[in-house]
Amino acid sequence: MANNSNELQRYSAQERANHWLVAVCFVLLALSGLAFFHPWFFPLTGLFGGGTWARILHPYIGLLMTISFLGLFFRFSGSNSLTATDKEWLGNLGKLVNGDPHSMPEQGKHNAGQKVMFWVQSICMLLLLISGLMIWRSWFNLPVELVRFAVVVHAATAAVMIGFIFVHIYAAIWVKGTLRAMLRGTVPRAWAKQHHRAWYRQVTGK
Amino acid sequence: MALQSLDIALRSATTTPSPSVRQTTEVAKLIDVSTCIGCKACQAACMEWNDLRDEVGHNSGVLDNPSDLTAESWTVMRYAEHEENGKLEWLIRKDGCMHCADPGCLKACPAPGAIVKYSNGIVDFHEENCIGCGYCITGCPFNIPRISKKDSKVYKCTLCSDRVAVGLEPACIKACPTGALQFGSKEAMKDYANERIADLKDRGFKDAGLYDPPGVGGTHVMYVLHHADRPELYKGLPAKPHISPLVSIWKGVTKPIANAVLAGLALGGLFHYVTQGPNEVDKELEDEVEKEEK
Repeated sequence: MANNSNELQRYSAQERANHWLVAVCFVLLALSGLAFFHPWFFPLTGLFGGGTWARILHPYIGLLMTISFLGLFFRFSGSNSLTATDKEWLGNLGKLVNGDPHSMPEQGKHNAGQKVMFWVQSICMLLLLISGLMIWRSWFNLPVELVRFAVVVHAATAAVMIGFIFVHIYAAIWVKGTLRAMLRGTVPRAWAKQHHRAWYRQVTGK
Repeated sequence: MALQSLDIALRSATTTPSPSVRQTTEVAKLIDVSTCIGCKACQAACMEWNDLRDEVGHNSGVLDNPSDLTAESWTVMRYAEHEENGKLEWLIRKDGCMHCADPGCLKACPAPGAIVKYSNGIVDFHEENCIGCGYCITGCPFNIPRISKKDSKVYKCTLCSDRVAVGLEPACIKACPTGALQFGSKEAMKDYANERIADLKDRGFKDAGLYDPPGVGGTHVMYVLHHADRPELYKGLPAKPHISPLVSIWKGVTKPIANAVLAGLALGGLFHYVTQGPNEVDKELEDEVEKEEK
């Protein structure tokens, strides 16, 4: 709650809970999925009670993630539509990464990087759902040519998703004050003014 | 089947060498379809030796019974009626695992040691390590492995690895009444096949030949076919079986590349933080906002 005038409300309790439900599902899916992806990671199945349990649980956790991701999608798709300024922001991304935040154009509630993250994850989620159902032999038995196609899509999409999540997590660690926004829901006014000036103007009227 | 073994040539989901000090002779089963009478003694012997009793199914109107391989029926006879030059040919093929030199099932399997290939060429499932994902079915070019509805493990012909390991021939070979099934070293089986092929050619089957498909590195179950130019005639025996390129992409170079990229991203993040420092709110901006609030 923004009970301090120095703070702005950024994410509601429902939004935060929704985000962390997706995050927990993702971590469980990444760990069990990597176990099937490469022999090096197979010992991770021990976290799930063994290989067979990991195989049984993975698709059900996937369904839970799809449903909870749908919640995030409807909550955030409106504030993630890409604009012309976003193109400029993405063009200047190199400067930001090299420690010069001042040449970035003003950003709304989400910056262009967050928006790209949102849409990449949404597309990955859709591909993982469809390909995942296609290779779920407990319930479906599709022609082998389709299954062969789906396993490649599933593995490749998962690798892309994990890679983007690494960037997502690092951005939250790198930009101080970001993690707090998703944990407690509020951000300092100065944080908002520095990183999301257009959003700051909108909510404060300044 | 699980046997403690020192002659493992390949082991699923394993990146280091497996116990392989013992070298054994490469073996093969030869199925001469031209002398097979379709009696199904091999099917019965397979059930008996492996102590498996499949559910009594339904007659599909033809002699194929059971109509397909199952987790409990590891070999089935497939009967095809083919007309050529005004003559009816009854093409009978004993179907089951081909024991590929380059096994697609083993390549696809994510569970360490659930599938092994011995140096004698036998490809064996170790069901106690199987996690039931069915990836082997995706990898197999011959549509052989079957998931059991009882325990969600996959099963297929073992080429009687337990019998072969102690110097016996597979159960189906022992039961065959016509000599259509032969077992021995792969070299000896090829020699024997050549005799059979020469005989068939003498008798007018000019396209007779050996089915030992190079696309999977050769197999340890081979066929003598009267129409080796058209294996599909024998109830869809693949003419050019190979591991699907999709399976090779899925299980090939893409995995180490993806691992390296993900590791690079994680390390990149760490070193970026260490060298560039965190992205914090400017002090001046903080003071400015504080002033505004007062």
